[in-house]
Amino acid sequence: MEPALFLHILGASVLVGGLVTAFAAQLLGWSERPHAAAVTYARLGFRSLLYAAVPGWLLMRIGAQWIWSEQGWDDISEEPLWLGIGWITGDLGLVPILLATIFAGVGLRRLGPGAEGKTALVRVAAVLVGISLLAYVITVWAMSAKPD
Amino acid sequence: MDLTDWLVALHVLSAFAWIAALVLYSVVIAAGRGLSVPGDVLRVFRVVRVGDALIAVGMIGTIVFGIWLAIDEYDIWDGWIIAALALWLVAGAVGDRLGRTYNATRDRARALHAEGLNDASSELSGMLRSQRGLVLHAVLVLVTAAILVLMVWKPGA
Repeated sequence: MEPALFLHILGASVLVGGLVTAFAAQLLGWSERPHAAAVTYARLGFRSLLYAAVPGWLLMRIGAQWIWSEQGWDDISEEPLWLGIGWITGDLGLVPILLATIFAGVGLRRLGPGAEGKTALVRVAAVLVGISLLAYVITVWAMSAKPD
Repeated sequence: MDLTDWLVALHVLSAFAWIAALVLYSVVIAAGRGLSVPGDVLRVFRVVRVGDALIAVGMIGTIVFGIWLAIDEYDIWDGWIIAALALWLVAGAVGDRLGRTYNATRDRARALHAEGLNDASSELSGMLRSQRGLVLHAVLVLVTAAILVLMVWKPGA
């Protein structure tokens, strides 16, 4: 089980790291007036999601499936709460991450020359990233403390 | 939930904060390699403050809750725990040098910006592309990965 658990934890921590970086950059860029500043933060946020959060999610999910197969959890009659939380945020969590990545990427393009002030998509991405980050922090707590 | 469950959760959350900081530094280092304008460099370094807070919380949390757990659940003199403690110290020393390397770059960008020199600077670009910073960061990532391996496998436990 150890290689699968290692992959799962590594992926989850890279995912959280990518979300933290994106959220920090997007919050810093939220109210930036000089156009160049908003672009710098939007680019950093988009790259964090694309190169850290999304690959991290993939590693985390592969590790989770590997653990599931090894442990034979198909046969358990009553699923513990922590496992349910893990599945919900693990699977459904991909949707806001992908949407945030797309919005951040399109928002970055719209921040290009001659499009000053069009930061709505980057802000929507920031909200999605913030919600995802909160959900994953709760998930890390649930999966490590394993409450009944 | 008993005390041990909380200790495990806080220890793991601290480890996540540590690794999240490393991911943040990796993104900033990669982004910094394409920068040379002092204003842009200073903006990117503002994000680093979040990483600095995370790595402080992560390193303190892992050692405090880790030693507490080791006393509570394992034997503090187990080989894998001693190895993890040694690697934690190595990570601290490498992180300190890494911080000093990049803080010098930030300070230089700040000085250039204060002097009103906001054109592309080859000096700043060179500092951001320094091999020393990259190597120290890579060592810190490897040491952290080695600690994670010890925590997952717990050899000899």
